[in-house]
Amino acid sequence: MRVMWEAFYDQFIVQGGYKNVLLGLRNTLIIAIAGLVIGIIIGTIVASVQVAGKRNKVARVFAAVGDVYTGIFRGTPIIVQLLIFHYIIFSGINIDGLLEAIIVFGLNSGAYVAEIMRGGILSVDIGQMEAGRTLGLSYPTTMIKIVYPQAIKNVIPTLGNELIALTKDTSVAGYVATMDLTRAFRLIASANYEYIIPYLMLALVYLVIILIFTFIIRFVERRLRKSERRS
Amino acid sequence: MKEEVNAQASEAMAEELHTAMIEVEHLTKKFGDLLVLDDISEKIEQGEKVAIIGPSGSGKSTFLRCLNVLEDPTSGAVYFEGANLCDLRVDINLHRRRMGMVFQQFNLFNNMNVLKNITLAPVHVGVQDLRRIKRRNLRTKICNLFRKKDKKAALEPVETTVRQIKEEAKENAMRLLKRIGLADKAEVYPSTLSGGQRQRIAIVRALAMNPKVMLFDEPTSALDPEMVGEVLELIKELADEGMTMVIVTHEMGFAREVATRVLFMDGGKIVEQGPPAQVFGAPKNDRLKDFLSKVL
Ligand SMILES: Nc1ncnc2c1ncn2[C@@H]1O[C@H](COP(=O)(O)OP(=O)(O)OP(=O)(O)O)[C@@H](O)[C@H]1O
Ligand SMILES: [Mg+2]
Repeated sequence: MRVMWEAFYDQFIVQGGYKNVLLGLRNTLIIAIAGLVIGIIIGTIVASVQVAGKRNKVARVFAAVGDVYTGIFRGTPIIVQLLIFHYIIFSGINIDGLLEAIIVFGLNSGAYVAEIMRGGILSVDIGQMEAGRTLGLSYPTTMIKIVYPQAIKNVIPTLGNELIALTKDTSVAGYVATMDLTRAFRLIASANYEYIIPYLMLALVYLVIILIFTFIIRFVERRLRKSERRS
Repeated sequence: MKEEVNAQASEAMAEELHTAMIEVEHLTKKFGDLLVLDDISEKIEQGEKVAIIGPSGSGKSTFLRCLNVLEDPTSGAVYFEGANLCDLRVDINLHRRRMGMVFQQFNLFNNMNVLKNITLAPVHVGVQDLRRIKRRNLRTKICNLFRKKDKKAALEPVETTVRQIKEEAKENAMRLLKRIGLADKAEVYPSTLSGGQRQRIAIVRALAMNPKVMLFDEPTSALDPEMVGEVLELIKELADEGMTMVIVTHEMGFAREVATRVLFMDGGKIVEQGPPAQVFGAPKNDRLKDFLSKVL
């Protein structure tokens, strides 16, 4: 036991492994959160086009493009997407590894969020749209002012799950693109073949991050629900 | 000069063709293979209160929803104040603002409080118009930079501000809420209100746009019996004030009392129509007789 701790201490402090861990922690959080933000933007656009595609011929063309996009990104493992972007698409370009990871995770998340948002939009009663249109508001205005706010409220819990899944998925970013939590601890562990402490520690760090996210999501959910009950 | 005369003539002709407030010509609606409206032609004049009755599935709602093109007619035309609403070049949003619609399920905006529900559309439309004028003025100003002094174009007057539009909309909304005795509910969200309260708010939300005609689709069918009265009362008030209205209803007593004309629909057609006394008192059509014997 003692030996293990000494080995860990040596790598973590003396050899400066903590620097990697801090950088990795930072990157993991950035990739997960920025990835989700990009995902929400892409997902909302794709979902909107897919929903509008039912009644508008131009939108139908874009909706088909959206279907291909979600199909590809949901149908292949994220690590494969990272490899393809790293070695094929970005191979000629000198791009920062972190940025690369953000782009890939954003695109990947967008495909999932598109499904989530589509469900959210469809879960809003059609009468809300009809009421808006009847008052002489345009389709986009009614979407923005009436449908999206309700759709987003409906999908906050699911988006929370997406953030959690995304955070855990980032653990593969280190294999290709950039320093992340998993890679930082992996380096510590493999430096002197003492795996137990670094990997249990790694699990603990993820667990804490996710507990914090869960707490924040619950809080936001509660706030949103309260705002409608106010009298 | 000649052109002007021509223009006037054609305008007069257009008016002659569609002078009624709403005119429906050969309106047909199919859902897939299902023929729901079968070549209906009908006129609704200003000030009329038209009640539409008929068995379930006869196409009453679909007919009403075609009047403001919430449902796209398969063929035929709907004219509102002379404009063909089925013409894609017509800005439908402009015309819908003059046609209020009230739904069976109220359809208040769940994400907004009562006041915002009422002011949303008036404020949006007002601000949009204001922005449009300002944009045009900006363009004029830029063009004026390149014009000679005596050739500068005049700017359109800007008579209001966003703030003023919001204030006015709010005042108007509060006035309407007072009228229905719900001024104290202005800040409340729809989910906390009773059905009767929601429906009355839905009605004044439509009124806030100053519509020329109100379309009601079974406004009391989703209400508990004790709340039907308050909603019908409000609709009756509107009728007495001279509002043109088309109302799909199962409340025969109400139709008899308020309507100036009753349309009986069956199988996608208007099978019989006339003043309430005639339709209810001396029905000619067998299907109408059958229907009345069931509901009266
Ligand atoms: N969006 C739709 N898609 C397919 N069929 C529809 C649609 N809306 C209505 N219908 C069908 O059209 C027919 C007429 O419907 P409509 O709602 O106009 O009847 P209604 O007279 O209003 O009946 P109710 O008294 O039950 O409200 C019905 O058979 C209905 O099933
Ligand atoms: Mg109906």
